[in-house]
Amino acid sequence: MEAFTTHTGRAVPLRRSNVDTDQIIPAHWLKKVTRDGFEDGLFEAWRKDPEFVLNRPEREGATVLVAGPDFGTGSSREHAVWALQNYGFKAVISSRFADIFRGNSLKNGLLTVVLDQRTVDALWELTEADPIAEITVDLEAREVRAEGVTAPFELDENSRWRLLNGLDDISITLRNEADIAAYEAKRPSFKPRTLNV
Amino acid sequence: MGRTLAEKVWDDHVVRRAEGEPDLLFIDLHLLHEVTSPQAFDGLRKNGRPVRRLDLTIATEDHNTPTLDIDKPIADPVSRVQLETLRKNCADFGVRLHPLGDVEQGVVHVVGPQLGLTQPGMTVVCGDSHTSTHGAFGGLAFGIGTSQVEHVLATQTLPMARPRTMAITVNGELPDGVTAKDLILAIIAKIGTGGGQGYVLEYRGEAVEKLSMEARMTICNMSIEAGARAGMIAPDETTFAYLEGRPHAPKGEDWDAAVAYWKTLRSDEDAEFDAEVVIEAAELSPFVTWGTNPGQGAPLSASVPDPASYEDPSERFAAEKALEYMGLEAGQELRSISVDTVFVGSCTNGRIEDLRAAADIIGGRKVADGVRMLVVPGSARVGLQAVSEGLDVVFKEAGAEWRHAGCSMCLGMNPDQLAPGERSASTSNRNFEGRQGKGGRTHLVSPQVAAATAVLGHLASPADLAAADARTPAGV
Repeated sequence: MEAFTTHTGRAVPLRRSNVDTDQIIPAHWLKKVTRDGFEDGLFEAWRKDPEFVLNRPEREGATVLVAGPDFGTGSSREHAVWALQNYGFKAVISSRFADIFRGNSLKNGLLTVVLDQRTVDALWELTEADPIAEITVDLEAREVRAEGVTAPFELDENSRWRLLNGLDDISITLRNEADIAAYEAKRPSFKPRTLNV
Repeated sequence: MGRTLAEKVWDDHVVRRAEGEPDLLFIDLHLLHEVTSPQAFDGLRKNGRPVRRLDLTIATEDHNTPTLDIDKPIADPVSRVQLETLRKNCADFGVRLHPLGDVEQGVVHVVGPQLGLTQPGMTVVCGDSHTSTHGAFGGLAFGIGTSQVEHVLATQTLPMARPRTMAITVNGELPDGVTAKDLILAIIAKIGTGGGQGYVLEYRGEAVEKLSMEARMTICNMSIEAGARAGMIAPDETTFAYLEGRPHAPKGEDWDAAVAYWKTLRSDEDAEFDAEVVIEAAELSPFVTWGTNPGQGAPLSASVPDPASYEDPSERFAAEKALEYMGLEAGQELRSISVDTVFVGSCTNGRIEDLRAAADIIGGRKVADGVRMLVVPGSARVGLQAVSEGLDVVFKEAGAEWRHAGCSMCLGMNPDQLAPGERSASTSNRNFEGRQGKGGRTHLVSPQVAAATAVLGHLASPADLAAADARTPAGV
């Protein structure tokens, strides 16, 4: 995973709540067997509308998505995170994220930042009025900064440490091999197995 | 202080606990399908890692599989590649696979329980959000992303932050004609699509205890639609009776030991939940969705709500957008909404009891002119069982299409899709924009409402059907 320390970029204000994973990346894109090449599927249905915010020329090259509450609801598809990253997003700000989407994002180095809705409103107003306004997402200081906005955010220390260092979860877990083996040794015999019926 | 069911199952699976770290949980069963696993296997290959516990891993094909001509090569080349990739990955790594055409193939959340692999007190994961289904047996079951699929393949564990717990108590008995699907749709409408976020839901109370295992699976299946990763129901005699004799259920002494353990899996009297919701079963009636998220639902007897009635501006905007997408007017009676398509199937309502319920209503009647009805069993076994009971004939005689098992029109990754502007009554779990096909409009319903809707051509309950029969003399 690529490390995330701090990022500054222009924003896309997405004034919609309950943006589900079927909107982020429709199911027919899920047939791909790679982690890349999803950028054209991002918000595919909405992008058919030339006025959709992502299609506006002034939003080209923006890297911070500022979305409404309950972003990423629905399916467990990690493709939603890959699509946002493939498109160029480094961070997503919302007042509330769906659990699975949030977990997936943090495992891929896409920083999902929870801010209260009033701050999200302020960021919407700022970036709608001034498309070249930049937002800084600073993971070291756990702070979002933009003109007129300085907002601290929370992220548990463990997730933050993994992101700052770009650490691979599996390697970390495998350091605890002895604990896993010890647990396995005491599992009850009545637990089912998929092989050797 | 006592512990909740979720806390008991959690505690029994902690491999490692350390200050400032998420708990490392052992995973008892890992289910795989073709869509969310290819990149995970790639990761294993890249790092030279094997699958740690092949004996706790099983795969099937469901999302992409066609429901017609399953003996012919898969027409869509991209779908074909994805299925072939799963077959190669399972062969290379030694994972048990039930491919299309195999008698145990089917929607992954139907296959696990019917094999008896899903049991009380287990941790079950799958790269699919509807893994919450398996919590109906009193285990912790949740959907994971592809990075976590790779993590479980490599380590059979997952680092997880301990969730909060929410009790959803359903008092009293469900009235006649009200099903598990109506109940869960009403719960989601009450707490909202984000209401369960961060929680494990425990469904309890008289109405839940009286539900069959399959109905309990319908409830737990849609926990994710309320934002909760997992939903669970304490195991009881209904659970044990369902499991006994299934291929992977414990046998002999193991069975006795298992049941003794399973009986301890209840929330203690003095356990405290972080949140509680109470529902009075007697107040419920058949429930349908009108909008584009599963929380936008109402009793079938109601009308499409007026977006102006929402105080919260973002909810109001969401309702306006939903009505625009769905082509509905505020104040329109839900019963007046005509459909072109009826879909019976999915991990929510594709089990044998669902098919029986739909067949019972549609038997001896006809699907309305201009309506197509698809009946897709949740698994090949469910399909065989339905055929042995003659349900396929009932559906075909009514004018419905009887198909092979798979996810099918629940998400339209295979050819079973809505055309732009088409409207369905669907027993599946999501009514998102474009979920069943680009531009398609979805109303979530129970199998009973689906069948009645197919006959009348507009959203309707079995009671409406009986009323219509009374108005029309037999034989006319």
